[in-house]
Amino acid sequence: MSDSTETGPVLAADGSPLKQSLAKALRREKMRALALIAPLLFFIVLTFIIPILSMLFRSVENQIVSDTLPGTVAAIQDWDTDSGDAPDEIVFQHLFIDLFNADEAKEHTKLGSRLNYEQSGLSSLFRSSGRNVDDIGESFQDPLEEIDPAFEEADFWYDMMNGAGGEGLLEERRAMWEAQEGDTLAGDVGFVPSQAMIDLLPWTTTAYTDFAIWTAIEDEDVVAEEEPWEAVYGALGMDLRNPETVAAIAEYDGPGAAQLQAVVDNLDRLPETSFREAFAEIDEDWLDPEVWGTISVYSPNYTPGYFLTAIDMKLGADGVEAQPEDRQLYIKLFNRTLFMSLVITGSCILLGYPVAWLLANLPLRTANVLMILVLLPFWTSLLVRTSAWKVLLQQQGVINEILVWLGFVDDANRLILMNNQTGTIIAMTHILLPFMILPLYSVMKTIDPSYLRAAKSLGATNFVAFWRVYFPQSVPGIGAGSILVFILSIGYYITPEIVGGTDGVFISNRIAYHISSSLNWGLAAALGSILLVVVLALYWLYDRIVGIDNVKLGG
Amino acid sequence: MKLLTTFTATTALCAAGSMAGAQDMVDDMTLVSWGGAYQNSQIEAYAKPYMEMNPEVSITWDESSNEAVAKLRAMNEAGNITWDLVDVVAADALRLCDEGLAMEVDHDELLAPAPDGTDASDDFGDLIVSDCFIPQIVYSITFGYRSDMVPEGVDAPDDICDVFDLETYPGKRSLETRPINNMEWALICDGVPKDEVYDVLATEEGQDQALAKLDTIKDDVIWWSAGADTPQLLADGEVFMGSTYNGRLFSAIEEQDQPIEMMWDAQVFDLDGWIIPTGLSDERLARVQDFVRFATDTQRLADQAAYISYGPARESSAPLVGEHAELGIEMAPHMPTAPENSENVFVFNYGFWADYRDDIDAKFQSWLAQ
Repeated sequence: MSDSTETGPVLAADGSPLKQSLAKALRREKMRALALIAPLLFFIVLTFIIPILSMLFRSVENQIVSDTLPGTVAAIQDWDTDSGDAPDEIVFQHLFIDLFNADEAKEHTKLGSRLNYEQSGLSSLFRSSGRNVDDIGESFQDPLEEIDPAFEEADFWYDMMNGAGGEGLLEERRAMWEAQEGDTLAGDVGFVPSQAMIDLLPWTTTAYTDFAIWTAIEDEDVVAEEEPWEAVYGALGMDLRNPETVAAIAEYDGPGAAQLQAVVDNLDRLPETSFREAFAEIDEDWLDPEVWGTISVYSPNYTPGYFLTAIDMKLGADGVEAQPEDRQLYIKLFNRTLFMSLVITGSCILLGYPVAWLLANLPLRTANVLMILVLLPFWTSLLVRTSAWKVLLQQQGVINEILVWLGFVDDANRLILMNNQTGTIIAMTHILLPFMILPLYSVMKTIDPSYLRAAKSLGATNFVAFWRVYFPQSVPGIGAGSILVFILSIGYYITPEIVGGTDGVFISNRIAYHISSSLNWGLAAALGSILLVVVLALYWLYDRIVGIDNVKLGG
Repeated sequence: MKLLTTFTATTALCAAGSMAGAQDMVDDMTLVSWGGAYQNSQIEAYAKPYMEMNPEVSITWDESSNEAVAKLRAMNEAGNITWDLVDVVAADALRLCDEGLAMEVDHDELLAPAPDGTDASDDFGDLIVSDCFIPQIVYSITFGYRSDMVPEGVDAPDDICDVFDLETYPGKRSLETRPINNMEWALICDGVPKDEVYDVLATEEGQDQALAKLDTIKDDVIWWSAGADTPQLLADGEVFMGSTYNGRLFSAIEEQDQPIEMMWDAQVFDLDGWIIPTGLSDERLARVQDFVRFATDTQRLADQAAYISYGPARESSAPLVGEHAELGIEMAPHMPTAPENSENVFVFNYGFWADYRDDIDAKFQSWLAQ
């Protein structure tokens, strides 16, 4: 650096500093190289990396609760989980509005299924409450319409609610719907809540705004021509329970003032039950603090809950705790998967090494025939091979029949070779064997036979020559084969499913179950993430111990 | 498969050309079913006659029903529904409805009335367990046993509790690897009255009680997950008795002449039917509705019973059930709904299992892994 300041920078032909010019050329080269691989890179990112990341993201994602019950989740923050009692009326009022909206959007049952993973019974609680939440609104609607038939009129409501100044509320509720639907709801609603109404009847205006947005954009109807939802009547009932509102109505002289005053004069005709009681009537579980504890614990947008379940822990009201013993499963499955994968890798080495040695050392013609014998099963469908093992291993199967016929085994005590760990280990060893033999073979092929001859001519016994000279040179092949077999077997699914019974299944069988059967994708993603991390950690460990440079797939 | 796709794509192209003129229906449909004999019965009873009436229609079958819920959810997230009509068990229909993945239908409007004019919803009756579910058949999960493996001097098993009686009936049993049905049977045989089973099963103690009962035979159980497993295990003599779908047992007994007998006691009735995915275009929906109306009418449901021993879901179809299409035997006595078979019946409790499935399954799997 100091040189260049003294003598001035070296310049390229065009007068720019050589350094810059070189860097520029280099950058251009790099960009060109990148452009060449860009299609492949793009393809891999789009079809491989992004789906994996989005799947992993599911293991912590939990927005459904706050998206579906936004008001309730906000209100529940003030509730004391240890109070031993369900939350106050205000939470139930929010629940009424939220659940009504969720029912319209058909989202409440999704939320029920989500929360049912954490507590049994929530699925039907939400399903039945969604079905009956209209009734609560109706209990207000009927007397209101009796007091003044104007409340039946769509345009009466529209005139009363429409105005100016409520754009903020309109956009806020639009955002609520968008979160609920997971979709944009752009477009003109043809309605703006009036500021006067927001001040006078906040619940009612909110409920009416919800109704207006849904009607105009989802149903594509004209707001002014549709009678409001039951929720709006329920919300008016809520407002009228506030003595300040009742007092303010006397002062109010905008549209609908006379009708509102008529209601205030006949307040005793409106139902008196609180929303808390009304929900308890639908299902008494709404008064169960445990239900609210679950909603409260799972209200944040992100949750460690799935990961905790995946390691046999759970998120209780008081923080993290261990699952009861009769629900622990996953740690055991992880351990079993690791242990059995190691056993399978070991037996692949034991069986594959001599075969690879033969392949590498027999005359070419014989070796080729042998090679075909190795490859033939490799080319056969996995399912066919596994099913063939089933025929061989079952108690009335070929192996047992032969053993009984030879008299090695008593007919009454046939060997149990499948539907247990033995079955999985036998079948998977066979299926993964080529992945061990092929790298071993290609490494052994490069070992010069003259080394062995040299060792023997220097006085080594056969064993010493093998162990001290040949074996160390074949270790990179063992390394490559072991990594292949181990990583493949750790994520194996079909073979354990078919021959593994109950104690020969792997963690991947549970992942598959949660993906396709229980639909608990969050838990499946958490289990998958853990599996990925375990594999990476073992790979790192392997690199530290054996060294990844020591792995050869050939030549 | 690829050939089929190309074929369908070509038909779709041709269809697109002529579609505008027709009654705004697409001409190709993808139906999802279970494969095997069951799908075959649907092809014979519904699809072939429908295509005879509508020669322009081509139907692609996808054998994905056992993972329909997961796949539909994935399709929905990807915003590309490729299925038009999906055959699922009622429990899955309930979940698809909950998830908003299946369309709610008005049964009386969509489905044909019975020949005597009874509304479809009355004809199907209680079998409409969800607003999205269009019932098709009643099947049952029941036990079959090897008649040649019954110990000498002992009557053949005819009681569900014989499954738990290892002394009188030694030998392996095959049970499904899920708590559903097994827990109920265990409780019944542990002395819980039938109408209290679900109340008991909703409690921790009840679940422990059921697992404790299952523990008594755990060492002699081979667990199955595919419907074909038990018939194979029975045919190979691997197990003495096992649970599976009654239609599978029927085909092992009648079509393949295996020495197997049905033990109908405490069979569990379950339902299978169609759902229409949400998010279909109007033209696709119109075609599907047209097909469903045809495929679930009284005669078609009765026709299906000529190919497989599942009971038609319509009350009005029952008298029309005739003979097996190839074997020529009367099908009525092989139906799970036949009076002599259904003396002691359990009806699958959808509501209960929708709530408790995950929880009890966690416990059940943990118990299995012990």
